[in-house]
Amino acid sequence: MSETVKKRSKSRVSGVDRFLTFIRVLMATLIVLGVVAFISQQIWPNNPFAEWRNPDARGLTGDQFKGLVVSGLSQGAMYGLIALGYSMVYGVLGFINFAHGEVFMVGTMSGWITSEKLNDAGLWESNFILSLFLIIFVAITTSTVTAVITERIAYRPLRNSPRLIPLITSIGVSFFIQNAALGLFGPASKGYPRLPEWLAKQRSILTVEISGTKILVMVVAGLSMACLWYLVERTQTGRAMRAVAEDKEIASLMGINVNRTIVITFAVGGAMAGVGGILWGLLFRSVTHMTGFLPGIKAFTAAVVGGIGNMGGAMAGGIALGSAESIAPMVILEPLGVPGVSQLKDAIAFTVLVLVLLFKPAGLFGEKLSQEDRG
Amino acid sequence: MSLLEIHNLQVTFGGLDALSNLDFSIEEGEIVSVIGPNGAGKTTFFNTISGMIPPTSGEIIFNGESVLGLDPNQITEMGIARTFQNVRLFPNMTVLENVMVSQHCRTSQLVVGALFQTKAFKQEEKEIRERSEEILGFFGTRLVGYRLDQPAFALSYANRRRLEIARAMATQPRLLLLDEPVAGMNPIETTELTGLISKLRDEWGFTIVIIEHDMKVVRDVSDRVVVLDHGVPIAQGAYDEVSTNPNVIEAYLGRPVEAKS
Amino acid sequence: MMTTNLTSKKPFELDWKRTLFWGSVCALSQVFICLVGLPSELNRRILIESTLSLGYLFILWIPLVFGYVVSKMVELEGVENPKPGAADLLSGALTGLLGSLGLVLLMLGIDNLDMRDPLINWNQKLFRLLTFENSISFGSLVWIPVGVGLGTIGASLHQMSGQIRKMSAYAMFGLFSFAVLEDVIDDLSEGFRLEWLSDMIYAKKGGMTVTSAIVLAIVLALLPLITRGKFKKTVDRYRSDAKPENQRRNSVVLFSTVAVLVIVLPWFLGGIINELLANVGLFLLLALGLNIVVGLAGLLDLGYVAFFAVGGYTTAVLTSPNSPWFSPETHFGISLLVVVVMATLAGLLIGAPVIRMRGDYLAIVTLGFGEIIRLLFLSDWLKPYLGGSQGITNVPAIDLGPWEVRGADPRSVFYMVLVFCVFAIYISWRLQGSRLGRAWMAIREDESVAEVMGINTVNSKLMAFVVGAVLAAFSGAVLAAKVGSVFPKSFEILVSIIILVVVIVGGMGSITGVMVGSLVLIGILGGPRQPGLLQEFQNFKLLIYGALLVFMMLKRPEGLVPTARRTRELHQEEYLQDAWLGDDESEDREEVGEQL
Repeated sequence: MSETVKKRSKSRVSGVDRFLTFIRVLMATLIVLGVVAFISQQIWPNNPFAEWRNPDARGLTGDQFKGLVVSGLSQGAMYGLIALGYSMVYGVLGFINFAHGEVFMVGTMSGWITSEKLNDAGLWESNFILSLFLIIFVAITTSTVTAVITERIAYRPLRNSPRLIPLITSIGVSFFIQNAALGLFGPASKGYPRLPEWLAKQRSILTVEISGTKILVMVVAGLSMACLWYLVERTQTGRAMRAVAEDKEIASLMGINVNRTIVITFAVGGAMAGVGGILWGLLFRSVTHMTGFLPGIKAFTAAVVGGIGNMGGAMAGGIALGSAESIAPMVILEPLGVPGVSQLKDAIAFTVLVLVLLFKPAGLFGEKLSQEDRG
Repeated sequence: MSLLEIHNLQVTFGGLDALSNLDFSIEEGEIVSVIGPNGAGKTTFFNTISGMIPPTSGEIIFNGESVLGLDPNQITEMGIARTFQNVRLFPNMTVLENVMVSQHCRTSQLVVGALFQTKAFKQEEKEIRERSEEILGFFGTRLVGYRLDQPAFALSYANRRRLEIARAMATQPRLLLLDEPVAGMNPIETTELTGLISKLRDEWGFTIVIIEHDMKVVRDVSDRVVVLDHGVPIAQGAYDEVSTNPNVIEAYLGRPVEAKS
Repeated sequence: MMTTNLTSKKPFELDWKRTLFWGSVCALSQVFICLVGLPSELNRRILIESTLSLGYLFILWIPLVFGYVVSKMVELEGVENPKPGAADLLSGALTGLLGSLGLVLLMLGIDNLDMRDPLINWNQKLFRLLTFENSISFGSLVWIPVGVGLGTIGASLHQMSGQIRKMSAYAMFGLFSFAVLEDVIDDLSEGFRLEWLSDMIYAKKGGMTVTSAIVLAIVLALLPLITRGKFKKTVDRYRSDAKPENQRRNSVVLFSTVAVLVIVLPWFLGGIINELLANVGLFLLLALGLNIVVGLAGLLDLGYVAFFAVGGYTTAVLTSPNSPWFSPETHFGISLLVVVVMATLAGLLIGAPVIRMRGDYLAIVTLGFGEIIRLLFLSDWLKPYLGGSQGITNVPAIDLGPWEVRGADPRSVFYMVLVFCVFAIYISWRLQGSRLGRAWMAIREDESVAEVMGINTVNSKLMAFVVGAVLAAFSGAVLAAKVGSVFPKSFEILVSIIILVVVIVGGMGSITGVMVGSLVLIGILGGPRQPGLLQEFQNFKLLIYGALLVFMMLKRPEGLVPTARRTRELHQEEYLQDAWLGDDESEDREEVGEQL
C-alpha cells in the first residue's frame, strides 16, 4: 500500500511550526546554558566562559541562594492566592477576569487604611494579633464586595456573549478601579505601619535565614488554601460550583442556583485576593493604585502555568513563578553576562508565560475546562 | 483507483473508540450514504476526513495521496469540502461573501493586488463573484437578488442549509461531504433538495458522501449505503440490501426480546 | 391576573423599592464623583459664564440620568403597559432628592469629620464648591431643588413626545458641544477674521455668555423643526442608493469635500489646535492598524504598543546623531523603509508564537510581549544600544526638500500624519473588500470553519499582524520625528488600551467609526500623554476611558458608527418567519459570539 501512496511534495510542517520549534530549542538551550554556566561559575569562578561573559561575577553564596529561594517562595505564595481568583472564575465562567488584580489592590488599600487608623489608635502596637485579624477581615470584606459588585454590574449582563467581550469589559473595569483609587487616595505611595519586632526579625530555621513576615505569609497562604480546598471539595457549595463549571444549563436544571453560585465564586476569589493583599502590605509595606496591575498579570501567568481552572495548580504555579522570577535573573541571565538583571524580573515572568504556552499550553498540572471551551 | 480510500481507520477519544476498523473506498461519481444510530461515529468520520480530528491509526488516501497530517485547509485544497450538521455559516458576512470567501484556496491575490487594483486582481475578483452567483443560482432564486447582500444570520433555516452547500461547492471540490443536509427542512423542501443532490453529481460532477437520518432521502439518492454502529461498519451495499439486513435493523431497533433466549 | 395588576396602577402608587435603590445609587455616584476629585479639578473649566462649570456639570448629569433610569418601564410584549403618569415623575423627583441628600451628607461630613488622611479630596476646596462658597444650608437649599428638578426632568423624558425630546436633546447636546469646542471655534474665527463671532458667543474669561447660551439653545432646539429629518433622509438615501453610478458620484462629492476641508482648514487654525489634530492623526493611524487586527481579523492584540515602539526606536536609531550604538543619520525616507522591514519582522516574531492560541490567551500573551519589549528598551542590558531610560534624543526633523516637518510646526506634522492616515485608510478600505479581508472576517466569525473552507488561517492571521504592525510603526516613526526623541515611557501598556478603547467606541471593523472615535476621544479627552481639548481631564482620562469601555460593551458593543454590514441587518422578514426555530437562533448567536 505504502508504495502506491505518493507522499505530497508539499511540506506538512509550516514555516510557523518550524519557527516555533526554533524558539523552543533556542530558549531551552539558553536556559540550560545559563544554568550550566552558573554551576561552573560556582565551582570554578575563573573558568574561561565566566571570564568571557561575566568577568567580575562573584557567584552566589549559599545563604544568598537560600534567601532568593525564600523570597521567591513567599512572593509566589501571594501570586498563588491571587491566581486562585483567576482560576476559579475561568473554571466556572470561562473568561479571564482582567480586573482581579485590582480586587487585590483594593484589599491592600483597605488594609492600609485600617492599619493606619489602628496605628493611630495605638492598637497596632499594643495588640498586633488582633489588629492583624481586623485588617484581614476588612480587606476580605472590601475585596469580596468589589468582586461581587463588578460581577453584578459588568459581567452578569454579558454572561452569554462571546468570550472576548467580557475580557474587554474587565479591562475597562480594571482601569476604572485603578483610577478611581488614584482619584480617591492620590498618587503617593502609602506605607503600612511598622511591624512589631518579634514578627519582623530574621530567624534561622533549618539553616535558612528567614524573616518572620515571610513565614507569616507562607503560613497564612497555606491556611487559606486549605480552607478553600475544604470549601470546594467537601461542601455543598463547592459541589454546586463544580457542577456549574461543567455545564451551567444542566446545573440549573438540577436545581442549582447558578447566579448565586457564580456570585460565590467571585466572592471567594475576592476573599483570597483580599488575604493576598494584606500579605503584600505586610511584606512590602507600601501600596499605590498601581499595586494590583503587575501582580495581577503575574498571578494570571501563575494560573496558566499551573493549568487554569485547576486550584492546586494555581498555587503551585504561583510558587513556581515566584521562584523563577527570583532565581532566574541570578542563575540564568547573570552568568550569561546580562547586566542589570534585576530590572528584567518582570520580563522573566512574561517570558515564563510565553514559554509555558509554547511548550505545554494546558499548563503544568493540566487544565480543567468549563463547557464553553470544549464546544 | 478509488477517489477516497480508507484503510483501518481508528479514532479514539480517551479510551473510547469513536471509529474502529473502518475500511472502505469511494469511487469517482458515486453518491454514498453513511447512516447509523445517534452516536455511531458518523460525524467523527467526516471530521476525520476533513482534517479536524487526527485519527489514532489508519490511513486516508484521497486521489492517490495521503491526507494524514495535513491541515484542514490543505485537505480542502486537495478537493474535499464539507457542510456541518449544526449549520456553521459566517453569520455576520453576507450571503455572497460567504460563498466568495470559500474560494480562497482556488485564488491567489494578496495585498499588492488589492492595493494597486491590478488587472489580475480585478479579473480575479470578477471571476470569484461570477462563480459565486452561478453557484448560488443553483438553488433557484432563493439566494440571489437582494439576498446576496443579506447577512447570513438573517436567512431562514432551510436557506442556511442551502447556503452551506453552496459554500462547500465554491471550494471546487471533487468530493463533497454533506452532514444531514435536510435536517430541519419541511417535506417539500426535502424533496426538492433530494433532487438537487442528484443534480450535484450529474451536472457538477461531484462525488458525494451524505450523512442522513431521513431514509427516504437515503433511498432516493444513494448508490451505496454504509451503516455504522458504535464506530464499526456493520453493513454496506445497495439500499434495499442494507435495509433488510438483520444487523442493521438490530442496530436501529435493538435486539428483539425473544432473540435473547 | 397579571394584566389587570399591571394596568390598574394607581396614579401615585410608587415602586418604593426601585426608587429607593436607584436613589441611593444616585447619591452614592454623586458622592463618589465628588470624592474622586472630578468636580474640584474640572471646576476650572467654565462652560457658561458665572453659571456652569464642567465640574458642576459632572455632578448634575447624575440625577438626570438616574431619574430617567428609575422611571423606565420594563416593556413586556403582549401585556398592556400602564400609561406613564405622575407616579413616574414622582419617583424621578425622589431619586434626585435622595441624590441631593447624599451631597448634603457629604457637606456635613466634610465640615465635621476629618477624613483627609485616606481621602485626598475630603477638603475645603470641595466643601467650598458644594456650598457655593457659602454655608451648608445655602448649599442644601440649592442642591435639593436642583436635584429634584433634574430627576423630574429625567423622568419626564419618557413622557415627552418624540419631537420635544429631539429638540431638547439637540439643545443640550449642541450647547455642550459649543462649550467644549470653545478653543476650536475661537481659533477658527480668528483664522477666518471673524473674531466678532467668538466674542459674541464666548465671554472674555472663558465659557459662553448667558445670553448666547440661551439664544443658541433656542436656535438648536428649533433645528429639528426646520430640517424635519431631511438630513437623515439624505444620509439614508446616500447609503441605500442602488445605482452604482449615483453612488460613485456621491462618494466623489463627499470625498472631495472632506479632502478640501482637511487640507484647507489647518491654515486657519492656530498652533494648539493643529497640535491636537496631529495627535488625533497619530492615534488614528494606530487605531486603523489595530482595527485591522481586532476589528477585521478578531485578534485581540493588547501588546499593540510594541509595534509603535519598534517604529519609533528604528527611526530614532537611524536618524538621530545621538544614537549610542549605531548612528548612520540617514534620511527619514530611508529609515521609513527600514521601519517597514522591522515592523514586518516584529509582526512575524510576535505573531508566530501566539497565532495558534485561543483568543483570550492571545490577548494576555501579546500584552506580555508588549511589556517585555518595553522592559528591554528600559533595561541596562540594551542601554548601550538604545539608551535605556534616557532614550534617544535629538531625532531630527523630517526633511522634505522645500518643507520640513518638525514638532515646533504642528501644521507640518499634521500634513505628514494626514498622508499616512490616508494611506492607512486606503489600505483598510481596499483590503476589506479583497480576498484577504474576506478571509480575516471568516476567521473572526468562526476560525475552525474558516480553516475547513480552505483558508490558511495561520498565514492570514500573520498577515493581519504584519499589516497592523506596519501601520503602528509608521505612527511611531512620525512620533519620534515630531517629539524629537523616544523614551520607553512613551510606550506603556496604556497606549494599547487607549487605542483599543478608540476602536471599540468607534465601532470595530468600521473605518468611519475609528475616525470618529479617535477624533472624539483623542481630540477631546486626549491620548495617554497628550492633552486633548479638555485639558482638565488629564488626571481622569483613564477613569473615563475605563468606564466608557465597560459602558460600550454593555450597551452598544457595535460602537458609535457600526459598519454598514451591521446596519444592513434590517431585512429580517425571513428571520422573523422562522421565529418558531427560536432555539436555533440563539445557539447560532452564541456561536457567532464565540469567535469574536
